[in-house]
Amino acid sequence: MSAEPGTHRIHIEHVTRVEGHGSLRINTRAGAVEEVRLEIVEANRFFESFVIGMQPHEVPQTVSRICGICCVGHQLAATKAIEAALGLAVSDQTLRLRKMLNESQFLQSHALHVYFLAMPDYLGAKSVLPLAQSHPDLVRRALKLKKLANDYTAVIGGRTLHPMANTLCGWRKLPDRDAMAEILARLRESVTELQAMTEFVATLKFPALERETEFVSLRHPQEYALYDGEIVGSDSDQLLAVSDYRQACNEFTVEHSTSKWSRWHRESYMVGALARVNNNFDQLHPRAQQVAEELGLRVPCYNPYLNNTAQLVEMVHCTHHSIALLEETLDLGLQIEDVGYVPRAGRGAGAVEVPRGVLFHEYAFDDQGRCCDADAVIPTSQNVSNIERDMRAFVPQLLGQVGEQELALHMEMLLRAYDPCISCSVHMLDVEFV
Amino acid sequence: MKPKVAFFDFAGCEGCQLALLNCEDVLLDLLEVVELVEFREALSERAPRYDIAFIEGSIHREEDIERLRDIRARAKLLVALGACACNGNVQARANLMAPAQNFERVYGEEARDRVQVSPRYWPLWAHTRVRAVHEVVAVDYSLRGCPMVAEEFLALVKAIVTGQIPRQPANAVCVECKKNGNECVYDRGLACMGQIAYGGCDAVCINGGHVCDACRGLLPYANLDAHRALLRQLGIEEREIAHRYRLHLCGEMMGKELLT
Repeated sequence: MSAEPGTHRIHIEHVTRVEGHGSLRINTRAGAVEEVRLEIVEANRFFESFVIGMQPHEVPQTVSRICGICCVGHQLAATKAIEAALGLAVSDQTLRLRKMLNESQFLQSHALHVYFLAMPDYLGAKSVLPLAQSHPDLVRRALKLKKLANDYTAVIGGRTLHPMANTLCGWRKLPDRDAMAEILARLRESVTELQAMTEFVATLKFPALERETEFVSLRHPQEYALYDGEIVGSDSDQLLAVSDYRQACNEFTVEHSTSKWSRWHRESYMVGALARVNNNFDQLHPRAQQVAEELGLRVPCYNPYLNNTAQLVEMVHCTHHSIALLEETLDLGLQIEDVGYVPRAGRGAGAVEVPRGVLFHEYAFDDQGRCCDADAVIPTSQNVSNIERDMRAFVPQLLGQVGEQELALHMEMLLRAYDPCISCSVHMLDVEFV
Repeated sequence: MKPKVAFFDFAGCEGCQLALLNCEDVLLDLLEVVELVEFREALSERAPRYDIAFIEGSIHREEDIERLRDIRARAKLLVALGACACNGNVQARANLMAPAQNFERVYGEEARDRVQVSPRYWPLWAHTRVRAVHEVVAVDYSLRGCPMVAEEFLALVKAIVTGQIPRQPANAVCVECKKNGNECVYDRGLACMGQIAYGGCDAVCINGGHVCDACRGLLPYANLDAHRALLRQLGIEEREIAHRYRLHLCGEMMGKELLT
């Protein structure tokens, strides 16, 4: 403990159980917050620079490499942006396949995050490994759900990591019918597993900390927006076209940090599972709405720790929605489509919801059909400002009640609740030398 | 005593660690034969010495070089895990441009100027080169590919744990592709890199309807001239051929004729 009560110097280097490298610095003096900083320590990778010169169809599989966990999201956002730039249309079949590909990634990423990265904190463990002994059923169930999601991605996309079947205008090689039928059967079975998971998560005690903020996500007139939609913020009813995404992200720099921050209608906003559930609750599958209730998640919900429960709600939604999509696809059958295209000059933006929030990509191509400009706005960089503001709000509330170690743990848990993906976001953030 | 195994991530997408976490069926069995002592993405613990250190990602900054040397000094065996660690992968394309140009393209002119003028940012000039792990420290084994192949990972660990010499055959992607009975993509007039690239991936991209991009790196005996001649015969332009070699192989081709 520090000499002066309420004075702490907390510095957690290379925060564990998050994707990518980040450090957390929290300084307090006599019960007041002096400094809260989430520092990005990952090396720059310059994706937006080195895709320049590429041909349109090469870009999606290349930017997939921005992030292993969100590879599907990056390639889908890029595919949509490039199709917009080149004026290419896709069939209903391709739309269904892409929705399935995207939802398979939601199931995988949420399962990994809820059970392997976030859960250990709530069960007093340092990692999922001790849980294999103490909670064997839980770990077995989590592994089973994750494996199902991975196999689902592989069946639709060609493989689990950096799938290659999806390209501009459609599928290079269509998924196998029998393999899809098997995934469908396993998804139906997994409904009971998810129920057991829900019952377990309902017993966990999440910190009761709230801070009102704006929630930003996509919104679609017909469905719970994951693959498609326009941009919506909870502070306004106005929808914003995806091509105007810069008006929503409003990247800006602040004096005390060299990171780029985002704000829209107020000083910061949140994207991700909790933002989507808050914004589009009515469009969730009825079963997912029921699960939200069982987990005590009532909208609007301003407790960021409950992002983990929102992820579980979305797993239930994606499972039921995927069952419907697979049934429809098996009913209609799949037709081989021409994926040829004529390159041309143009600029286009694409957005897709990925597990961590709304992701924007934009590309421009020159007369030769080569990429000449690229931009990506990543969920985690949109969340950074909101995470820091949560910490500034919660640290004083916790100071009197908990010691330094527990305070640090609470802040790590808060950071993990946002499921930050720092590999993704580093290319949007300036490097801070400490 | 179970061998102590650790994972370290440098610049990359962390997909290779994920590929390991995706081996759900064998993950718990694996932990019966090795002791996992460091794995930042999944564990909160840290350890002083390792029997096997797996390095994921490529090496970009001076501080990364120091960290890597420190790990090497504390590890009996060091394994480069995945394409970024083995040859720099697509990230090595950043080497084609000056650091200031990269900064300008991603962060804008103001950031570019700041990087050039302020001494605080000078360490970033180490960024002129994206390095593979073997360019910085000695590497005992390489697990190639973007992402790495889980079966190869498990075979390597099994061999090390049981005291055998790991076998990593250097066959072209074409060998597996032919075994799988795929139609050769040359028949569709596409530029495939399978002839000159390390196999071991079961030709997964061609199975999936794509071409080989050579993410597993150049075979040591690959006849690049013959490969280029074949691509020319297919009517693929010189510029496009050079472009194909730049996609995943920039780190290996840097300074060589094909990049000019």
